[in-house]
Amino acid sequence: MSQTVTKNKYETTIGLEIHVELLTNSKMFCGCKVEFGGEENTRVCPVCLGMPGSLPVANKKAIEYTIKAGLALDCDIASFTQFHRKNYFYPDMPKDYQISQFDKPFCLDGHLDVDTEGRHRKIRINRVHLEEDTGKMLHQSKTGRIADASYSLVDFNRAGTPLMEIVTEPDIETPGEARAFMQKLRRLVLSLGVSDCNMEEGSMRCDANVSLRIKGEKELGVKTEVKNMNSFRALQRALEYEVLRQEKLLNEGERVLQETRHWDADKNITTTLRSKEEAHDYRYLTDPDLVPMEIPDEWIEEIRNTLPELPNARKERFISEYELSDYDAGLLSATQVIGDYFESVLKIFNKPKTVANWIMGDLSMHLNAEGKEMEESPIKPKSLAGLLELIDKGTISGKMAKDIFQEMYETGGDADTIVKEKGISQISDESSLLAIIEEVIEANESSIEDFKSGKQQVVGFLVGQVMKATKGQANPQVVNKLLKEALAKH
Amino acid sequence: MAVSKKDVEHVALLARLRLSEEEVEIFTNQLSQILEHAGKISQLETLEVESTTHPLPVKNVYREDVVKESLSKDDALLNAPEIESGAFKVPKII
Repeated sequence: MSQTVTKNKYETTIGLEIHVELLTNSKMFCGCKVEFGGEENTRVCPVCLGMPGSLPVANKKAIEYTIKAGLALDCDIASFTQFHRKNYFYPDMPKDYQISQFDKPFCLDGHLDVDTEGRHRKIRINRVHLEEDTGKMLHQSKTGRIADASYSLVDFNRAGTPLMEIVTEPDIETPGEARAFMQKLRRLVLSLGVSDCNMEEGSMRCDANVSLRIKGEKELGVKTEVKNMNSFRALQRALEYEVLRQEKLLNEGERVLQETRHWDADKNITTTLRSKEEAHDYRYLTDPDLVPMEIPDEWIEEIRNTLPELPNARKERFISEYELSDYDAGLLSATQVIGDYFESVLKIFNKPKTVANWIMGDLSMHLNAEGKEMEESPIKPKSLAGLLELIDKGTISGKMAKDIFQEMYETGGDADTIVKEKGISQISDESSLLAIIEEVIEANESSIEDFKSGKQQVVGFLVGQVMKATKGQANPQVVNKLLKEALAKH
Repeated sequence: MAVSKKDVEHVALLARLRLSEEEVEIFTNQLSQILEHAGKISQLETLEVESTTHPLPVKNVYREDVVKESLSKDDALLNAPEIESGAFKVPKII
């Protein structure tokens, strides 16, 4: 992973282009519904089919979402902005151009910081702009790849979906860093509620520009653009592969060709995405159908007011308000849902450190084991708070709580109910415990002498015997206290 | 000449137009004349003039995010030269 940077003579430079489909009801420039999947070509109209004479009108919500993302990424929001036509011939766009933005994007010059691989990294955001998504192509071949296809089918349901493009500066230095950045960006965008960021369904997609140069050199090396990475894992593996491939070429005295490469997740390699087209010449021109936009400060402020508490701010608040460690606060503020979960538990059971430990410990462990997210947790915040209250009151021991937790996770039941049903409450009642303690002492008479001669460890042994006799249900603290009193009396 | 034959051939390729030798000649001349004519503006003092990005004095036109009815699938595919499985069928791309 990072060995490519530290071990040898090259350093890696990675820049990302992330496309995010926005969660609007309707498309970017027409009223067709935005939805995933569905019957082909049923959500299309003259505008998104590029019929002559049809006129696009910009979706205000999509613009608000883009500005919102720009604000969350600390970007400057343009006071004047426009849409451009990006011209190219490819059947995924019926107009033969894509409405996009060129020199006047909505958002410029932001950053998103990540803590990863033991370093704090500031990744600058070059721009955030708005465009329309393309149609979906089905290449008819065994491999589904365009180069092997004898023809293709086009479904324009997706064409015209508002698509936000986030472009980073080439500030990323390792594949792992690229992955950490994407994960953080996804959490951020999710918390803004502007996209569902579903990588498998393609509502969040990422392309990477990768190049190598000899350490200390000023100019960047020749880059390749890697596409088709549909998960965080794929992103990291594709980049690791591509870095090694370029390194090998350079070590053998060969040149890296500037080209687009396709990540093949089955074979774990990148391959050239052959293209007959000559070098891109998109001939951007302002779209005469769409009028210029002035974004007044009041509108920007209005949008700023809709920003949720962002992960970094929440983390700082968790540290100051709940006295959590930097590490704990980071994990608990990583996503909106985890932070909300944590605070919902606290409303009922206000011991932050204990709650934090249970969420990051048992709960995360169970969720991770099943590949589930926090929102899918079968144990709701109220139930977890209930369990923690029972421990706090001494009704159950910490050890019992682990078993009850397991049961709660499997059945979705309440701690209270499970404790009652199974009769697994802790025995804290002194009179019933005393009887058992006397029995245990009688069975181990020599321990009285040991205790009186100062051998404290005998207490531990006897507590163990009491626990055994009560099948673990005795309250160890109470037993400990009672045992010492009883031994002293003998 | 403001435009070379090579420029014309390049633009024709980008626009997917097949031009004969003769046509390339004709368009090279015509396009040059047009550009030279438009080029006269560069002789004017325009420092004080704000650049025009759009011909109409209109700005900030938006629509609310409201779903409207789409075309029927049959209507949507009416212009398609070829259809397969409810999709537009297009020839081999590369």
